[in-house]
Formats: sequence, structure tokens, C-alpha cells
Amino acid sequence: MAKEHLSTQYDADLEEIRTRMLQMGGLVEEQVSSALAGYADGSSPLLDRVKATEERVNQLEIELDDRCTHLIARRQPAAGDLRLVMAVVKSITDLERIGDEAAKIARIAKQMHERGIVPLSGFSDVRVAANLASSMLKGALDSFARMDADAAQQIVIQDKHIDNEFRSLLRELITFMMEDPRTISTALDIVWIAKALERVGDHAKNIAEYVIYVCSGTDVRHTSGQPESTALG
Amino acid sequence: MNTVAEPIAASSPTGALPSKLMVNDLNFYYGGFHALRNVSLAIPEKCVTAFIGPSGCGKSTLLRTFNRMFELYPEQRAEGEIMMNGENLLTTKRDVGLLRAQVGMVFQKPTPFPMSIYDNIAFGIKLFESLNRSEMEDRVEWALSKAALWNEVKDKLKQSGNGLSGGQQQRLCIARAIAIKPQVLLMDEPCSALDPISTGYIEELITELKKDYTVVIVTHNMQQAARASDFTAYMYLGELIEFGKTDDIFVQPKKKQTEDYITGRFG
Repeated sequence: MAKEHLSTQYDADLEEIRTRMLQMGGLVEEQVSSALAGYADGSSPLLDRVKATEERVNQLEIELDDRCTHLIARRQPAAGDLRLVMAVVKSITDLERIGDEAAKIARIAKQMHERGIVPLSGFSDVRVAANLASSMLKGALDSFARMDADAAQQIVIQDKHIDNEFRSLLRELITFMMEDPRTISTALDIVWIAKALERVGDHAKNIAEYVIYVCSGTDVRHTSGQPESTALG
Repeated sequence: MNTVAEPIAASSPTGALPSKLMVNDLNFYYGGFHALRNVSLAIPEKCVTAFIGPSGCGKSTLLRTFNRMFELYPEQRAEGEIMMNGENLLTTKRDVGLLRAQVGMVFQKPTPFPMSIYDNIAFGIKLFESLNRSEMEDRVEWALSKAALWNEVKDKLKQSGNGLSGGQQQRLCIARAIAIKPQVLLMDEPCSALDPISTGYIEELITELKKDYTVVIVTHNMQQAARASDFTAYMYLGELIEFGKTDDIFVQPKKKQTEDYITGRFG
């Protein structure tokens, strides 16, 4: 736990944006899990809940942007505080987009179930990608909550697994479509869902990279993922 | 005495907050020099209001009208109204010493009296109240605690106030000002002679003090206004250019002049 500031209000303001960001993360996690559960069993209330939660997520994004703007204007945060505020500003954009991906999954799942086309058991399922995306999101948020750069590093590495999973799923689905054109419609829907999950992984990875930035001051984006050196001891 | 002034118009930046000081059409002259021009604003009660602006803009002059400090100099005069608790401070027949007890002031440089820490606090109280020894001791402890200084000086109350560090001396001056229980505390550049850590302590203290007092602070340091105040007034050449919530002034000021000043494009 970092030492407190002379200004208790400053501490409270920073804690507030951190807490709100994690609250937003919790909502987004719930969106993803509802969308996936709804896709699996066709539960309409679950799929509708994803859309309903989107409103709250969007509101939180706007509110947090505003809080961060005011905090920067009034407190002129420096060093670790500045990195934290910047990480929150960037993370909430990723969170909001994860929410959008969850809404996309829910929308497609609803259409699939309304059409009465239940995912065929012979098809490769998105279960592996779904588990990976969910676990990356949870891990990224946990690492943010604990400011754990090592845990964040693991999330960055996991992104390769979900990318590989998406590619192999795509190959498999293309084979299905080539063999039996009647499966094209369902297979394409599954491709969109898999792509959405791959994007969830990308956003979770971004959040993990911001955690590394907050902790070490090193920007690991667009690198191999390893901080070259930890600027701060 | 009724300490709550009537709420000011909802269109004011201070909204429905009760105002402690209402400044109406205030003009101020240093001899022939017109230093404040038709200044009107409402200082909300139990909030921190900061005056910012370049040197010579009139912010300290405005502050010094609130306890008629300018009357020490015969060629200086103020016209207009400064209403507090239903009376115009500029024309009241009340003793100016009593007025200054209600509207206390802390200056740019720490100004401890050349006496003990204890007497620095007790001196002002004796002018306005007759307390017995234990009541006085309680009051001194209360004032020093309020000013976040008690723990540092409780074992050396009989030592000279001049032996304290600059930041401690300034907190001693704040303790001295609040010891006589004023309603308003005026601070004229209270941190400009202090290091960043002492400044941090004073700013945190200001935030604490606003629970009980109306605080008005003049500062050259815009960031200090941003950190420590609830409302900010930007002044230029004797005029009040913009007055609003500190949050609004520093994120979306309404006037171009204010924006230029707070973004360092002034000049």
C-alpha cells in the first residue's frame, strides 16, 4: 500500500476512481459471463441483461472520464499517481469496448436461438476461447486491483493462446462451411462470436499492460510484452 | 447573532449555498488610483474561496477590505457594500477590533509575536474574553490542535514562537487567528514563504478549517487554488473577470481571459 498523501481528499479522490473503475470492471465481467451463458443455453433474460448493463457501463465510463479530468486539473498528479490516472482513463475505454463485444455476442446468440439453430454438437465450440477470454478479463482486473505486475505479465502472455485458439477455430469452421454450405450461416455467427472473444482478450491484455506501466513505469505495449527494465525499484 | 446570510440567487455560481460575505459594487482607491472596479460576488459560507490573478490585479486589496485593514492608511478608501450578517462592514459603527476578531487574517510571512507559543495564542483571546486559567489552557490547546500544531509544540509551550520552523510559525499564526473564534478567515498568500511539505500541511489544514469557518485565500499559485479551494475568482486590473466553482474554472472556464491565465498564456 502506497504511503498516504498529505491531502486526505487527494487520497480519497484517487481511491474513488480506482474503485469505480473496478466496479465498472465487475459489471463488464458480468456482461461477458451473461452473454456466454445465454449463448450456451439460449436464456433470453440473461441475454437481455447484457444490453441493460451496457447503459450503466457507458454511464460509468463518462463519469470516470469526468472524475479523472477534474482530478488532473485540480491535483496535478505526478509519477505513480499520474500513471494510475492515465491507466484508469485508458482502461475504462477498453472496459467499455469489452462491454460492446459482450453485447455483440448476446445479440448474435439471441438471433441464433430465435432462428432455432442451436450450435451443432459436431461444430467446434467457442468454449475454450470463452474460458480464456473470461479468465484473462478476471486476471487483468485482479492484477489492477492488487497492482500486481507479475500477474499482469501472465495475462499479456495468455493473449497469444486466445489468438491461436481463434485461428484454429476459424480454420475448422472454414472446413465445415466448405464441406456443407448449409452450415455457413451458423458457422459465420460462431466466427463473429469467436472474434468478439478474441477482442475481449486483446482489451484485457491492454488493461494488464497498463498495470505494468503503473507498477514499473515501463510501457510494454507493442513490445514482446516483457518490461525491458523496471525503472522503479 | 444570526450567522447565516440569506441564500443568494440560484443563478450565482455558488447556487443555493448561503453566502457569508456579499460584496456589492465595491470600488477601492489608493489615493487617486482606482484599484477595484465594481466588484460584486458572494463568498459562500463554510467553503474555501480563492482569489487568483496576476500581481496588481487587486486580489489582496479585495481581501483586505473584508476586515478593513486598509483603514490603517488614510489615503485608502472603499466604496460599496460588503454585507456580513446583515450589516455593511464598510459603514458599521462597530469597533474595528471586534470586526477583525470576527474576520481573522493570516499573512504571507509568518508573523508570530515575540513571545512564547502559549502567549501567542492567549494574547488575542485576552483582548476579547476573560477566561480563567484552565479555560485559557483549554482554548490554547483547542486552537493549536485545530491548526494541527498541538502535537509538535505541546511540550514547549513556554518557548518562543520564533524558534519554530516557517511552516510551524504559519500554523501558529493560523491557531492565533482561530483562537478568538472568528467567522471568516482571510489568508493572504499563506504558503508563499513555505516549502512544499509545509504547504501541503497548510492546504490540508485549510480543508479541515472550512468545516467551521469561511475561508478566503489569495494565492499567486494557481495550482494551490485548484487543490485547496471550492470556488475561485479570477481578477485582472481591478475587475472580477470570472467567479465560479473551482472545478469549472479549471476545466472549462467561461471567459477566454481566465483560460489564458490558468493555462499560462497570459501576457
